[in-house]
Amino acid sequence: MKVINFMGWRKLAALFSITLVLASLGSLVVQQLNWGLDFTGGTLLEVHYSDTADLGGIRQTLATEGYDGATVVSFGSDRDVLIRLSHGYSDSEGIVLLGKLQATFQGEVELRRIEFVGPQVGDELREQGGLAMLLALGLVMLYIAFRFQLKFAVGAVVALIHDVIITLGFFSFTRMEFDLTVLAALLAVIGYSLNDTIVVFDRIRENFRKVRRATPVEIINISLTETLDRTLVTSLTTLLVLVCLALFGGEMINGFAIALIVGIGIGTYSSIYVAANVLMLLNVSKEDLMIPVKEGAEQEDLNP
Amino acid sequence: MLNKYPLWKYLLVLAVVLLGLFYAAPNLYTPDPALQITGESSSQLIDDRILDTALQALDEAGIAHFDPAVDASGRNALIRLREAEQQLTAQARVSRALGDGFIVALNLAPTTPAWLSDYGAQPMKLGLDLSGGVHFMLEVDVDSAIERRLEYYTNAIKRALREERIRGRVSLGQQGQIEARFNSAEQRDLARELIADSEPQLSLDNVDGDGSWSVVAVMPEQVRKEIAEYSVSQNLTTLRNRVNELGVSEPLVQRQGQNRIVVELPGIQDTAEAKRILGKVANLEFRLVANLDAPAAEKQRFEYRSPDRANASEWLERDVIITGERVSNAQASYDQNGQPNVQISLDSEGGSLMSRATRNNIKRRMGVLFIERKFRTRYEMQEDGTEVPVKVPYDEKKLLTAPVIQSALGAQFQITGLDSPLEASELALMLRAGALAAPISFVEERTVGPSLGAENIRMGVKSVQYGLAAVVLFMIVYYRVFGLAAVIALSANLVLLVAVMSIMGATLTLPGIAGIVLTVGMAVDANVLIFGRIREEIASGMAPQMAIHAGYERAVSTIFDANITTLIVAVILYAVGTGPIKGFAVTLSIGIITSMFTGIMGTRAIINLLYGGRKVRKLSIGGRGA
Repeated sequence: MKVINFMGWRKLAALFSITLVLASLGSLVVQQLNWGLDFTGGTLLEVHYSDTADLGGIRQTLATEGYDGATVVSFGSDRDVLIRLSHGYSDSEGIVLLGKLQATFQGEVELRRIEFVGPQVGDELREQGGLAMLLALGLVMLYIAFRFQLKFAVGAVVALIHDVIITLGFFSFTRMEFDLTVLAALLAVIGYSLNDTIVVFDRIRENFRKVRRATPVEIINISLTETLDRTLVTSLTTLLVLVCLALFGGEMINGFAIALIVGIGIGTYSSIYVAANVLMLLNVSKEDLMIPVKEGAEQEDLNP
Repeated sequence: MLNKYPLWKYLLVLAVVLLGLFYAAPNLYTPDPALQITGESSSQLIDDRILDTALQALDEAGIAHFDPAVDASGRNALIRLREAEQQLTAQARVSRALGDGFIVALNLAPTTPAWLSDYGAQPMKLGLDLSGGVHFMLEVDVDSAIERRLEYYTNAIKRALREERIRGRVSLGQQGQIEARFNSAEQRDLARELIADSEPQLSLDNVDGDGSWSVVAVMPEQVRKEIAEYSVSQNLTTLRNRVNELGVSEPLVQRQGQNRIVVELPGIQDTAEAKRILGKVANLEFRLVANLDAPAAEKQRFEYRSPDRANASEWLERDVIITGERVSNAQASYDQNGQPNVQISLDSEGGSLMSRATRNNIKRRMGVLFIERKFRTRYEMQEDGTEVPVKVPYDEKKLLTAPVIQSALGAQFQITGLDSPLEASELALMLRAGALAAPISFVEERTVGPSLGAENIRMGVKSVQYGLAAVVLFMIVYYRVFGLAAVIALSANLVLLVAVMSIMGATLTLPGIAGIVLTVGMAVDANVLIFGRIREEIASGMAPQMAIHAGYERAVSTIFDANITTLIVAVILYAVGTGPIKGFAVTLSIGIITSMFTGIMGTRAIINLLYGGRKVRKLSIGGRGA
C-alpha cells in the first residue's frame, strides 16, 4: 500500500485549522449565536393556514396588536408560519394570539404547536449545556489518558474543542437557530469525532510498537493511510443517513441534522489532521508507549 | 477448526434476535382510537348500565364502535372506535350522555395480541411531540414558602415573649435572620432559653452591642431544605390529584431538579382549561360541629370526603373559626403512647382565633372541611343550533375529620384518635393544602397539535427508511457478501433497539428517532473496521480463513474503545439533559450497546456459517481483498 504523506501537509493544515477556529471565535464574539427559544425564553407559535399565508398581513396584525419585536417566518411551506414573540409576554399569550390570527383570516388557522419558555429556564439550560460539554470533554480526556497516554488525551481533546468551536462558528456565521436539539447534536459530534480519533490513535499506538525502524512522522503517516479507508467509509455512511434526516426529517430536526453534518465533516478532517498534528507537536515517541502492556504478542514485537 | 462457532453461540445469537423480534413486534400493531370512562370519585364503579348509556349515545351519533370492556378493577371502561376522526365527537357525545361525575378521556388502546401481551410485550410509548398534547413545566416558589415560615417564627417568638412578659424588640431582617433585642443580659438569657424551648428548630446566637443585648435566630440550612422538599412534594401530590380530573389517559407528573415539576398531558389541546384546573386552589375551613338543638339557619350539613365514610355526614355551624391560610404546618407524627396523630401549627392570628373559639367549647367537636374548586358541565344552545359545553365552577366542600376538642387549643395542637399512620399522613397532607403549599408558576409550556405529531412520525419513519436504504446499498456494493452480512446485522440491530426500548418502557420522541437514524449510520462502523482489517490481512498475503479470524480479533479492542467513549458522552447527555435530549441519549446509548452485539457477534455468526470450516480460496469482501 502506498503511504500517503499526510504529515507533509501538517503546516498548511494547522494554518487552515487555526484560521477556521479564529474566524469562528470572531463570529461568536461579533454576532454570537442565534439562541433558540429554549435558551432565550419567550413564546413561539406554529400555525398551519388552510390557504397560502400572508406573512405581511400577519406582521401587520401583530404590530397593531402591540407585539413588538415579533418575528414571522414561513416554516417549511408557504402555509406553515412560525411566529416568535420576544420575552415579556405571559404564558397564555400563544392561545390569545391564535384567536387574533383566526379573526383576520377567512379560512382555517390550525394550531401546530405553542411553546412558552420562561426566561429563568433558558439561562439554566445554557449553564447546563456548557457544563455538560465540559464534563464530556473532561471524562473523555481521563478515559484516553487511562487507555492510551496523556499526550493522546491532549491530542483528542484539542481535536474535539476544534470541532465544537468550528461547528458553533458555523451556526453563528449562518445565523441558524441554536436550540436544544442542536446542543444535543453538538454533544453527539463530540462522541462521533472522538470515535474517529480513537480509531486513528489505536493504529498509531499499534504501529509504534510494531514498525521498528521508522520516525514518528512515518509511523503517523502509515497509520493514517491504513485507517483512511475506514475513516472515509464510516463518515460516508453516517453522512448518508444524516442527509436523509435533513431532507425528510422535517423542520423540527433540521438544525440537529445540519449540526451533525457540519460537525462530522469537521470531525473527520480533525481526526486526520488535528489530533495527529498535536501528537507531533508534543513529540510523541516510542518511549511514550513503552509502558508494559497486557497483550503478550505485542510485547514480543517490541523486544525481539 | 478455524471460524466455527460452537453450536450454542449460533443458538445464542438466534435466540437474542428472536427474542428481539418478539418484543419489538407489538409496535407493528397500530393502536385503536378509544374512549376511556372513569368515575370522578374513586368509589364509582362502571357497571353495565353506564356502559350501555355510553354505547347508546355512540349508536345515536352513528359512530362505529366495538369491543367495549370494563377492566378488572371495575373502575375503567374502554370503548374502541373505528375512526380516529370521530374520537372528539364521540367524547363530547358520551360525556353529554353520562353527565357530571364521569371522566371521558381520549385514549389509544393497544391492539397487541394476547400471545404477545401475555409475555409482557408492549409497544413503545410515544412522546408528546409524536402523539400531540401539552407539556407544562411548573416552578414551585420555595422562597415564598420559606419566607412564610420565617414570618411564622417571628410571630411565635413575639407571642412567647409577650406571654412571659419579657420586653424586647423582635424584627425579621433582610437575610432571613430574626433578631430579638433586649435591654439587659439577664432578659436576653431568659428570652434565649424561652425561644430555644418553643422553637427548637432555630439555631440561636448571642450578639452584644453598645448597651443592647440580642439573640439572633437563623433557620438552619437543613430546615430550609426540608421546607423546600416539603413544598415541592406537596405540590406534586396536589397536581397528581388534579391531573386525574382532566380526563387524560396517561398523564405524567414528575419532579424535575430542585423545584420544578413537569406535567405532560397527551391528547389535550385546550391549554386554558388544563391550566385552570392545575392552578386552582384548595382550601380548608375549621368549624364547630353544630349542637343538636341549633336552628337550621345556623347549621349546614356536609358529607365525609373519604370513600369509607361516603354516606356519613355531620351538621356544622355556619361560622368559620379559621380558614386554611392560617395553617402554617401540619405533620403526621406519634404521641407518647405510640399512637398516630397529626400535629398542627397555626400562625399567631390563627392561634388566638382558635383559642378564643375553643376555650368555651371543650368536649364539643370541631369539623375540618376540605374545599375544592370543581367544574360542572352545562350545555348551551348556540344561535346556529349547535351545543357547546360550558364549564361552570363550583366549590365542593367535604368533611375531612371531626375530632373532639379535649382542651383549649392554641397555635399548636394535635388531632389524635386516628386509625393508622397512613390515615395520619393523608390527613396531614390535606391540612397542608391551604396556605403552606408554596405558590407555583408556569415556566415552560409546549403544545403540539395532533396533526404535527402524526407528521413527525411519518417524516421520522421516512428518514429511517431512506437512511437505511442508502446504507444498505453502499455496504453491499462496497463489501459484497460481507456487506450483506453487515446489513443483516444492522437490521437485527434496529429490531433489538426497538425491542429494548419497548421492554424498558422508554418513550419514543422525535429526537429519539433522530438517535435511531444516527445509530443506523454509526452502527456499521464496527463492521467497517473489521472488514478493513480483513482486507488488509488478505492484501498482506494471509489466507482467507486466517484473515477473517485476525480481522475480528484485532478490530475488537478498537471498536470497544471507540464505543465506550461515545457511551460516556451519551450517559452525560442523559444525566444533564432534559426532556428531548434525554430521549436522544437513551436511543443513542441503547443503540451503541446493541450495535456492538450485532456488529461483532452477529456478523461473525453469519460469516462463520458462510465461510467457516471449509476451504475458501477467495472472500467476497470487495476492494483489494476480492
